[in-house]
Amino acid sequence: MSTLKTATKPAPDAAGNTGGRVLRYVDALKEAVEQEMERDDKVFVMGLDVDDHKALQGSTRGLLQKFGPDRIFTTPLAEDAMTGAAIGAAMAGLRPIHVHIRMDFLMLSMNQLINMAAKAHYMYGGNIKVPLVVRSIIGKSWGQGPQHSQGLYSTFMHFPGLKVVAPSNAHDAKGCMLSAIRDDNPVMFVEHRLLYPTEAYVPEEQFELPPGKSRVVMPGDDVTLVGISNMLVECLRGRELLADAGVSAEIIDPIWLSPLDTDTIVKSVKKTRRLIVVDNGWTMCGAGAEIAARVAEALGPEGKFQVERMGFAPTICPTSPSIEDQFYPNPARIAQAAHKMVRPKAGEWTPDPERAVLAYQRQFRGPF
Amino acid sequence: MPEADTQTIRRVYASLRLIRRFEEEVARIYPEDKIKSPVHLSIGQESVAVGVCDALNKDDLAGGTYRGHATYIAKGGDINGLMAELYGKDTGCTRGKGGSMHLCDIQNNVVGSSAVVGTTVPIALGYALALKREGKGRVIASFMGDGATEEGVFHESLNFAALKRLPVVFVLENNFFAIHTPIARRQAVPDAICERVQTYGIPAYRVTDADVFKIRNIMMDALPKMRRGEYGPIFIECHTYRWREHVGPANDYDSGYRSTDDLKPWVDNDQIPRVAAMLDPDERAAIDAQVEKDVAAAIAFAEKSPFPAAKELYTHVYA
Repeated sequence: MSTLKTATKPAPDAAGNTGGRVLRYVDALKEAVEQEMERDDKVFVMGLDVDDHKALQGSTRGLLQKFGPDRIFTTPLAEDAMTGAAIGAAMAGLRPIHVHIRMDFLMLSMNQLINMAAKAHYMYGGNIKVPLVVRSIIGKSWGQGPQHSQGLYSTFMHFPGLKVVAPSNAHDAKGCMLSAIRDDNPVMFVEHRLLYPTEAYVPEEQFELPPGKSRVVMPGDDVTLVGISNMLVECLRGRELLADAGVSAEIIDPIWLSPLDTDTIVKSVKKTRRLIVVDNGWTMCGAGAEIAARVAEALGPEGKFQVERMGFAPTICPTSPSIEDQFYPNPARIAQAAHKMVRPKAGEWTPDPERAVLAYQRQFRGPF
Repeated sequence: MPEADTQTIRRVYASLRLIRRFEEEVARIYPEDKIKSPVHLSIGQESVAVGVCDALNKDDLAGGTYRGHATYIAKGGDINGLMAELYGKDTGCTRGKGGSMHLCDIQNNVVGSSAVVGTTVPIALGYALALKREGKGRVIASFMGDGATEEGVFHESLNFAALKRLPVVFVLENNFFAIHTPIARRQAVPDAICERVQTYGIPAYRVTDADVFKIRNIMMDALPKMRRGEYGPIFIECHTYRWREHVGPANDYDSGYRSTDDLKPWVDNDQIPRVAAMLDPDERAAIDAQVEKDVAAAIAFAEKSPFPAAKELYTHVYA
């Protein structure tokens, strides 16, 4: 777990400070929502099981006791209508946070999200706003399987009118949630189950982390690694493995995927001339494809650089760990891909297997 | 029977007449290609929107379907903005962004309509949540067609509205067709929509003759109870008939899926001459003259308004 602390400690707040307490991702999320519910009585939370004893894996713990059943309530299993209801409430001036325990369930909400939420402000001539936050959690491992594991944010990145954010650490989870709630547009807030227990320094006070700026998380010279959501953490571990081989990787967290700041990435690639985007979804038409294309467009004819996309294997996510392990990029594979790109003539390089083991596989015991 | 007081009859007639004449003018202008939006005309269906909306207060909300000109006008939406929207002009009610299928006039409490069947039904739930929390007794009327009652979201929405006792009037404009497919080919038991709705715990009413005052009276009876919180949602099924083609200005009785024999009883039962006959002829003539003046003014407004500037392509993507 020492790797993890190193990874997340430097995440600065909007002012560049790294103050605050060490907080888990899940508690940072809850704190952001709680503080906003205190500040603005228009903010409310809805979604299946948000008010039960498990409090959606702890992310809504205590909100019912503090704010009562009008401000946080469970819903029928009716994602289509409940998404419409959340949108209608937002149109009427409230600020709903609609929560889904798995991102896969958003497929049941697509008509409302795409045909209404994304388009309402435009197609009603600017007369209606939809200040909606849709929280969803990507699952991974312990048998999550085909329908509990999908990272579908690139689907939402496709549509003008939506904003998409996938914070990779507790600090950003709080700042981005605050910005998402205060945003007058629908925001798809993408969480990752494996990030929930991860810790970072998080300011106690409220702070915003709005769209507009990707972050250079760790500096480096040889290769640029862009990691999305949980893959940012894997990139940081990969960077440590690469350091053992003397390869220096610069790590960038896009944080907000739409609108997307590629300037920071372009600046890095101008230096390293090598880019690997590690996606938490499939590479086909994925966020990595978009980032790679934008960097190529920005660099133009003078911008010769190598690029590689990593992401989910082009298959369905299986349940059994022996094959699920092959489905995801991991620190060793990321490091190997980067090593090969930086030193193409060096031959096969394998990181120390002990160092390459994923931290969560040691600590996590399920049920999930 | 005394259907309504004179003031109400006058108001109901003026609204029915305005919708009919507005849309007849749309149909007249349409072949000139000045109107830049597909139009789904409400001609023949006006009594549903008028019967419901006349009973609402000004600060109540209403939202229609893509066949929504009638709801928009009946609820008091600005007709200059409506006509300009059909012309694709910058002065349109949605600035030329939405067109006929996405009408909206928030100043007059007309909430947005949608081109995707059933999509606005759950949107009304959210508005109703906000109205209920506001606690001023306001309600929202959410219009839908018979096709919407086949969508899963319709059933999801009824359940939630009943569960939370939301102040929603669900209004079904049952014209028996989804585009060209008759309801009997789409629903196993097409004459039991109200019965299905009742199983969700929602009072349901059926009006089979499009009588504008019957519809209005159901509203007038239920609304005070809804405003006091004694009722949650209610559902009103109104049988009606689309006189023109599904989309566009023409008739389509020669296309084989229906005949003028089907139309005849609805023309015989047209609410506009029926209500007109309740009025003093001079009074009726004065209303007719005012309607002609207003519709002509709306057309003139639309014609002289500018198209949106090029930069408008990108405005309002984000708030």
